[in-house]
Amino acid sequence: MAILNRRIIEENIFKILMLASLAVVLGSLVIIVGLVVINGVPALSIEMLTQTPSGKYYLGQGGGGILNAILGSLFLALPATAIAYLIGLAIALYLQRDFLNPWASGFIRFTLDVLWGIPSIIYGVFCFMFMIMLGMRASLLVGIIALTLLEIPIITRYIDEAISMVPSGLKESAYSLGSTKFETATKVIRRQAFPGILAGVLLGLGRGIGDAASILFTAGSPSDIPTSIFDPTAALPTIIFKFYTSSITVVRQRAYAAAFILLMIVLAISIISRLLTRRFRKHVIK
Amino acid sequence: MEKKKLRWLVDTKLLMAIVIIFLFFLFIFVSLFISLLFLSVITFLLLYNFVTKHRKLRDFIGTKTMLSVTIIFVTFFFIMFFFILYKSLFILGNYSLLDILFSSIWNPEYGQFGLFPIIYVTIIVTGIALIIAVPISILSAIYITEYAPRRIRKTIRPFIDVLAGVPSVVYGLCAYLVLVPLVKDVIAPWFGVESTGSCVFTAAITLAIMVFPIIISLCIESFDAIPISLKEASLSVGATKWETVKKVVFRASAPGIISAILLGFGRAFGETIAVSMVIGGIPKIPSSIFGPGQTLASLIVSAYGEMMSVPLYESALMMVTLILFIVVLLFNILGVIVLRRARRRWQF
Repeated sequence: MAILNRRIIEENIFKILMLASLAVVLGSLVIIVGLVVINGVPALSIEMLTQTPSGKYYLGQGGGGILNAILGSLFLALPATAIAYLIGLAIALYLQRDFLNPWASGFIRFTLDVLWGIPSIIYGVFCFMFMIMLGMRASLLVGIIALTLLEIPIITRYIDEAISMVPSGLKESAYSLGSTKFETATKVIRRQAFPGILAGVLLGLGRGIGDAASILFTAGSPSDIPTSIFDPTAALPTIIFKFYTSSITVVRQRAYAAAFILLMIVLAISIISRLLTRRFRKHVIK
Repeated sequence: MEKKKLRWLVDTKLLMAIVIIFLFFLFIFVSLFISLLFLSVITFLLLYNFVTKHRKLRDFIGTKTMLSVTIIFVTFFFIMFFFILYKSLFILGNYSLLDILFSSIWNPEYGQFGLFPIIYVTIIVTGIALIIAVPISILSAIYITEYAPRRIRKTIRPFIDVLAGVPSVVYGLCAYLVLVPLVKDVIAPWFGVESTGSCVFTAAITLAIMVFPIIISLCIESFDAIPISLKEASLSVGATKWETVKKVVFRASAPGIISAILLGFGRAFGETIAVSMVIGGIPKIPSSIFGPGQTLASLIVSAYGEMMSVPLYESALMMVTLILFIVVLLFNILGVIVLRRARRRWQF
């Protein structure tokens, strides 16, 4: 009886510990979202969203908002994701058994898995050194390159996973109708794996738009919207990193507003990804 | 005197060789990147039938394009590694590697590049973060996979994914808003230490929260892979659920848990922005865990502005990047190898 009791007590203790740790994990998420909302919403205004900063805004003089950072983030992340998608799609399609022998594709997959976890500051440093060597200044272009490098392993690995789910019967029937390898890969497999590919691309976009370390030195942080690809550009993460310690409330509010917008963008991307994936899954051949 | 001269000569030759190799790599890199962009554009056009209606030709060009993109991409990452290696070699002409790794003063203005305090703090921060994060994450993962009803389980998963997707700068901001005052006013006085709040301990807690999702999702994956018959066998001989978890689930998924910890370590070791927002940024060994410090990654962020003004500074920072790169790479390689083994384990 005593033994039974001890076993049950142990079970219950660990159950409580488990619930407690789950509460810590979910609680930290709630605290993060709550903090950003509580601090961010009061800082928001029409002016904040639709105007570029003016005057000596970093001293608290002059008004304006953070439109330059919002647009800058989009200008950086969208092209980077598009390029990373193209490169990632090409690599992932080529990793199939039809094209590459399993040994080589295993090696490339391994490289991608390892690169997934490389800190983004390393891409940032690399692009920065390169930029200096070529005599360029911080610009949209270098920022896009840094983000592309960051996103390629993520997107490629996701597309690769999605492609590996495609039933081989589908591929075989495409071959038997006389289509070439390339046609099969791009017209049959790509379409069949589309929901997975979309989820991967949106995940890459979310990672890219929120990353600060890789664009901190490569994209700069001016107060106007870039007019060409060689102009520097501000971005939401850069704004947060620059202003969060400011002693002037008005300036700090920019950081809070930027954090709110950034978090909302990231959440929206993750929700859209879920909805779209479900929607497009209808068209997939089972 | 003689010896010194000789050494200098050798060094110059070495440096010249490195420069030549480097220029070679540079040339390859520039041409590779341009052709990479070019080739991906071609792939894109081919995908939508713009170039030619000749099917065999299209197949040939398309396949070869994909091949070249793949090769260029893999080569590129090796080039990136060698580029950083090359840049960091300059400092070895003046200081020995042991000097850099184990001398304890980081003062670039006076030509002192001792990385020891920074490496020390990095390891301490990562260690504390993992000590906090690993038990909490494993217990949560156990609850989610073994105890929670199906419906709750389905609702919790998206939340973990969201936690994984929160940008690190937002983690840093939240830590700055909550943890810093908390440590300053409550926790540090409680231990009888005075602290500004921006300290090693705060950074460690921030990092712990950041590695929760990665460890949890990898653990869930490896717990799910265990064949249900193993658990049923244990339950049928009268073990309680927790005993089953302890004796069967943990053992069966040990490689998965280890790889989750390794990958979590890699992530925490290289985390940059959030850490540099709350760690205080002083490159010295702190007197307690409530003192400010500096990690490898946050050093790079804070030193970038002044880098160009001091000789060898750039190269020293490249050394920091290289150490970061190699350590993270090693842990990731180990983690991925163990993870693959774990994935293969229960495939029948």
